[in-house]
Amino acid sequence: MSTTATSPVQGESQPDKSRRPAESAKPVTWKLPVTLAVLATVAFIFFGLLGPQVNAKFGVSSGGDFFQLPAIDVPAFLSGIVLSLILLGLAGYALVLKAKKNQRPPRWLPAVFTVVFVVAFLIWVVGGARTPSISLAGLIAGSVTLAVPIVFGSLSGVLCERAGVVNIAIEGQLLGGAFTAALVASLTHNPYLGLLAAAVAGALVSMVLALFAIKYVVNQIIVGVVLNVLVSGLTGFLFSTVMQSDPEKYNSPGELPIIDIPVLSGIPVIGPILFKQSVVGYLMYVAVIVIWIGLFKTKWGLRVRAVGEHPQAADTLGIKVNATRFWNVTLGGAVAGIGGSFFTLVAIDSFTKEISGGRGFIALAAMILGRWNPIGAFFAALLFGFADNLQSIVTIIGTPVPSQFMAMLPYVVTVFAVAGLVGRSRPPAADGIPYIKG
Amino acid sequence: MSENTEPRPAAAPDPDRLPAAQATAVEPEPLEDDEAFVTSLDTAGGAHQPSAVPVSTQSGSLPGAPEEESVLRMIFTGNGIVTILAVVLALILGGLLIAMTDKVVGTTAGYLFARPSDFLTAVWSAATSSYVALFQGAVFNPRGAGVAGQFAPLMETLTIATPLITAGLGVALAFRAGLFNIGAQGQIIMAGILASWVGFALHLPMGLHLLLVLVAGVIGGAVWGGIVGVLKARTGAHEVIVTIMFNYIALYFLRYLLDTDLFQRPGADTPISPILDPSAAYPLLFGSQYRLHLGFLLAIAATVFVSWLLNRSTLGFEFRAIGANPKAALTAGINVSRATILVMTIAGGLAGLAGVAQVAGTEKVLTDGVAATYGFDAITVALLGRSSPWGTFAAGVLFGAFRAGAVQMQIQTGTPIDIVLVVQSLIVLFIAAPPLVRAIFGLNPRKKKAATAGKTKQAATTGGAA
Repeated sequence: MSTTATSPVQGESQPDKSRRPAESAKPVTWKLPVTLAVLATVAFIFFGLLGPQVNAKFGVSSGGDFFQLPAIDVPAFLSGIVLSLILLGLAGYALVLKAKKNQRPPRWLPAVFTVVFVVAFLIWVVGGARTPSISLAGLIAGSVTLAVPIVFGSLSGVLCERAGVVNIAIEGQLLGGAFTAALVASLTHNPYLGLLAAAVAGALVSMVLALFAIKYVVNQIIVGVVLNVLVSGLTGFLFSTVMQSDPEKYNSPGELPIIDIPVLSGIPVIGPILFKQSVVGYLMYVAVIVIWIGLFKTKWGLRVRAVGEHPQAADTLGIKVNATRFWNVTLGGAVAGIGGSFFTLVAIDSFTKEISGGRGFIALAAMILGRWNPIGAFFAALLFGFADNLQSIVTIIGTPVPSQFMAMLPYVVTVFAVAGLVGRSRPPAADGIPYIKG
Repeated sequence: MSENTEPRPAAAPDPDRLPAAQATAVEPEPLEDDEAFVTSLDTAGGAHQPSAVPVSTQSGSLPGAPEEESVLRMIFTGNGIVTILAVVLALILGGLLIAMTDKVVGTTAGYLFARPSDFLTAVWSAATSSYVALFQGAVFNPRGAGVAGQFAPLMETLTIATPLITAGLGVALAFRAGLFNIGAQGQIIMAGILASWVGFALHLPMGLHLLLVLVAGVIGGAVWGGIVGVLKARTGAHEVIVTIMFNYIALYFLRYLLDTDLFQRPGADTPISPILDPSAAYPLLFGSQYRLHLGFLLAIAATVFVSWLLNRSTLGFEFRAIGANPKAALTAGINVSRATILVMTIAGGLAGLAGVAQVAGTEKVLTDGVAATYGFDAITVALLGRSSPWGTFAAGVLFGAFRAGAVQMQIQTGTPIDIVLVVQSLIVLFIAAPPLVRAIFGLNPRKKKAATAGKTKQAATTGGAA
């Protein structure tokens, strides 16, 4: 239990180190290469040597595609060996780089490693199933669907934390958005108004966060945690009293229509996920791109990041730190609120208690895994959606891995990520620290 | 600038120095007694000015302050009032929410201008009848059979308070060391898993069996918490994220176990474990008519232990020093990594005690709802208790009363239990922002005083967790 002060990792292991900006100067560690090597070895043993001796079948086309591709038959054992050898190669490359040149592996390496690992894992799981056949198109489309609220939630997190306010209240924002969307859409019989109301509700939750965090300088994590409880209580209470009293009137929002872009939506695999979505789905892609461009290519984004990294410097240059933070947090809430509307306007056409089911916390994890970057967060959220979807499919086709472990996977990956074992993730320097002028 | 805004636990109130009786003697009577109750929480916050000198180096009690006087001072200093007002405000808002959704109120609102008195009466009766039912379900039920029946609600309150107190202590202890332990939920689950397995799989003599159950549970929670401490100390991983993730990992692990032959009750097709042996269960304190069990006494013991640990031991001093300023603590020669790991281990062990209370006390079986929402409620309990041991104890009893009473309230008046969540979270929000409460009640007496009170209050509430 006691720490050995002489351990080599001790150097960069003091608590709160992750909060310091100077981290890029720290020496390259063995953590990442070693972790990759361990994972690759595990893959080689389980996916390769112990892999199932059957063909895993992946359906690529769905019924509506305008041209059909044949299903892919993959020999599970052979592909397991090949893919895990690639993984070993990548890990070896990282080890060599560290040993010979003392360099960090290139940025694409962990990403490629992840993709190959996931593919090998997928083939292994499907190959070991009772019915070794799965619709790849359905799997990917389902993953994107499940990922939508997570993407919006993590974008909300990115917007808040880049400006230096920790947003633990994503769960509350999603839930508030889901509830309000259902209520307003039911009352007005217009799901688009519901969508708008969800954004407003999310923004309101966020404004409370901003008010307490910025004006009253209350610890941001406390406010976030408490807000989650508050929104959960409020929506639960109003659901039981108002919505349950007359579900026809108060809780039948109707669905947002799926907008099918002709021809393009017929492309196998990517067609349905890119061109056959509801408004919320399209908004997701727009939001990811707009927020990325906004944060990294515009004056506004530069200011926001300055406020999140070094508020004093930003203030010296005449940027209104607390106002920037306030509006950024509010905007983040609106984004999360839109994500929340996905639950009640697209996925299921009514509200139930705790409908967000902890997705806000997964969004938080996605944001961290995505390194506080909208695009990174998007792919991390996709990964979580994928794990979520795979878990439900796995229970149907029956595999060697218990579905509960599949469900656990995103959380384990996140722990590894924040522990710095998978790449490096550093929050904005002033994240969570209130700014008091003077 | 971060130094200026860093909350300091040295400023946290320290009601531990209150005579224990004073904090415990106050029975939770949500409406009428809130004043006395909350004040007892807040003693030190009002009476003792925050000091730069570490609490443990100060003398044991304030010299020459008679009890009555200090109570008065508590009430009339800003912090005491704010705490009371925060609770009152939260209850009022909760009452308004109940009234807003009440059917009679809705009907009378239709002819509001014709007969406004009807409307106001309806609002009043909707809100108060719910709170009266809450009180009857939590403390004293005049319609109960005999004295035993009348006090049954109180016993139920204490039963529900038991896991809240111990888990709350775990969260509070970590707060004092500047760590946010959101992971009580997962720690309770891991403790429940180990404790229940020892309880139903092993068959041992009386006494020894229960002891092993207890040890297993505490170890389960301690290990689960300790891993977080290790990750934090060795890699700098933020404990908030790690604990949230660990909650989910523990939950899915539990669900997996309840699906296996090892844990699932033979013949059952639902995820439920066998019933624990009678020798593994906590003995009941007042006979079989109440559910109150030995766990409550252990909760009191845990409170005493944490109080001693924080205020009288070297380790506790280190914890508080780190909570106040980790860099200074490091400079002063405190082994921050070691203390971080230790505090998370002890915090996990305390939450583990809550898990044992669940499986060996109240539930007697393991299901995937073993932790209910105790782990999350523990956070609000610790916040309301200002991260001080006896404050947490009292807050745990208050929230236990809310929980117990809410069940009765739902049966009697149809008000959903969720209102308790609303009131709880509002209380914590308001207490965290004294200037807001003052502004609402139009009390901003002297500007200077308000400003300083605001600052210390904020520090007190956060308890040094950054």
